Amino acid sequence: MSFFIEVLINGLLVGIMYSLVALGFALIYKASGVFNFAQGAMSLLAGLALVSFLTVMPLWLALVCTVGVMTLLAYGTVFIIFRPLVARPPLILFMAAIGLAFLVEGIGQSIWGTQAKGLFIGIPEITWEVKEVFLNSFDLFFGVVAAVLVAGLVIFFQKTRTGRALRAVADDHEAALSVGIPLLRAWAVTWVIAGIVATVAGVAWGSRLGVQFSLSLIAYKALPVLILGGIDSIPGAILAGLVVGAGENLAEVYIGPYVGGGIQTFFPYLLALLFLWFKPYGMFGKEIIERV
Amino acid sequence: MEPAPLLKVNNIEVIYEHVILVLKGVSLEVPPGGIVSLLGANGAGKTTTLKAISNLVKAERGEVTKGTVEFEGKRIDRMYAPAVVKMGLIQIMEGRRTFEHLTVEDDLLTGAYTRGHATKGIKESLEMVYSYFPRLVERKNVKTGYISGGEMQMCAIGRALMAKPKLMLLDEPSMGLAPLLVQEIFEIIVRLNKEEKVAMLLAEQNAAMALQFANYGYIMENGRVVLDGDSETLKDNADVREFYLGLTEIGKKSYRDVKHYKRRKRWLA
Repeated sequence: MSFFIEVLINGLLVGIMYSLVALGFALIYKASGVFNFAQGAMSLLAGLALVSFLTVMPLWLALVCTVGVMTLLAYGTVFIIFRPLVARPPLILFMAAIGLAFLVEGIGQSIWGTQAKGLFIGIPEITWEVKEVFLNSFDLFFGVVAAVLVAGLVIFFQKTRTGRALRAVADDHEAALSVGIPLLRAWAVTWVIAGIVATVAGVAWGSRLGVQFSLSLIAYKALPVLILGGIDSIPGAILAGLVVGAGENLAEVYIGPYVGGGIQTFFPYLLALLFLWFKPYGMFGKEIIERV
Repeated sequence: MEPAPLLKVNNIEVIYEHVILVLKGVSLEVPPGGIVSLLGANGAGKTTTLKAISNLVKAERGEVTKGTVEFEGKRIDRMYAPAVVKMGLIQIMEGRRTFEHLTVEDDLLTGAYTRGHATKGIKESLEMVYSYFPRLVERKNVKTGYISGGEMQMCAIGRALMAKPKLMLLDEPSMGLAPLLVQEIFEIIVRLNKEEKVAMLLAEQNAAMALQFANYGYIMENGRVVLDGDSETLKDNADVREFYLGLTEIGKKSYRDVKHYKRRKRWLA
């Protein structure tokens, strides 16, 4: 039993990382209808920027500077790339997002090179044993950070004037514009928030696996998470991330041996397919309210 | 001397997607505190006229290519829509367009966005809106996607009021509502005009209702204003009676009388 719990907890902690990436996707999709293919690339950029800032300044300042870089990226993206595309079909926005992903990866690599870089932000690697279950300080730390981040976002969206405006924009762009909400600025704010989420995800993944090109590929792991959670649902993204993380870990350990292992890599997609069959809006996706 | 108009639209032309000419020189005026109606059939250009004034055309890849729009003497046709709202000109779009996943109260509060971060006065405005639309009070925690069409229209008007407007552009407030409800909404519009001193520019297909409540009217066809005048004058105009009010000299017209129905209008569209 304790082994099961350990597998489960480890899976959940990996799941938090998926949640973070999926959260970035969901935020931008909700606000602007853009499927932000570049979310993974943004995590990579944040990781790379943080590594290079860390060589010349203390951690807190490096984090501030990294968020600064993400803010610049957000405003640049919205005002340069997406401004001329306002009111264009979703497919065009999606193409622009793919272009952005390659642009960000390319720029990141041409500045910092393609080698994997170690990222150490000063969390000691300690393992505790609680009732025969092994817990890692590292995973726990990022679990707490992710939880705080999510709680902060929920309060921001539900309780503040800007959060309310962003929810309005998510529902109906043109109506939001008609009541005086500046659309482009609202989108830029959303991209900044997604940038912050990407930073946290980038730091968490980067300090575990090193900051490397494959970071931008975690975007693909977020796809089944999005389908499970519903592409525009924030609680959905979080919960689905946990389900996928725990599910793939459990599947690997308990089903893997019968089919020769390696189930972890495709199990989430299998889960997503099941959801597409039976619950296409995901667990919490915005069901289209249709008036009859 | 007449007071300076609150809104002055001077010979505007609107082109969508760089090629489609929708408005071909529209001019109109709204005096401070007036109710002006803009009548016309589907596709006459009423909605585009309103969106050109509020600058929402730009969000639909439209552009005002000629002419000027002045609000309180200032040119606004090159401004960003939210800046125009901040000056006190707000449009209530066709089809209500409430934010369906927001509660009624949150929806109303989005209307106060341009008033900035200060919370002063916003609570009073909310009370004021609820006093005009008591029905919204009991619905305030319900998502607007689940309220009735009439309540949505009330919510949309209330939301616009939250911005403290001097001029409201209403696009088809009667659309899809039961006649009694239409009457109720129009009565509230008139009260808002009198008590809160909000001028109204009202685009309507329901000509009878609009002429009953407005002081002045413009009639649009094919992207042009073809006729304008006091509501009383318009009501007496033979063409308006025939084509917009469905009346003839002998009362209700019979549609069996096809030849008569094809009578030419006296204006050129």
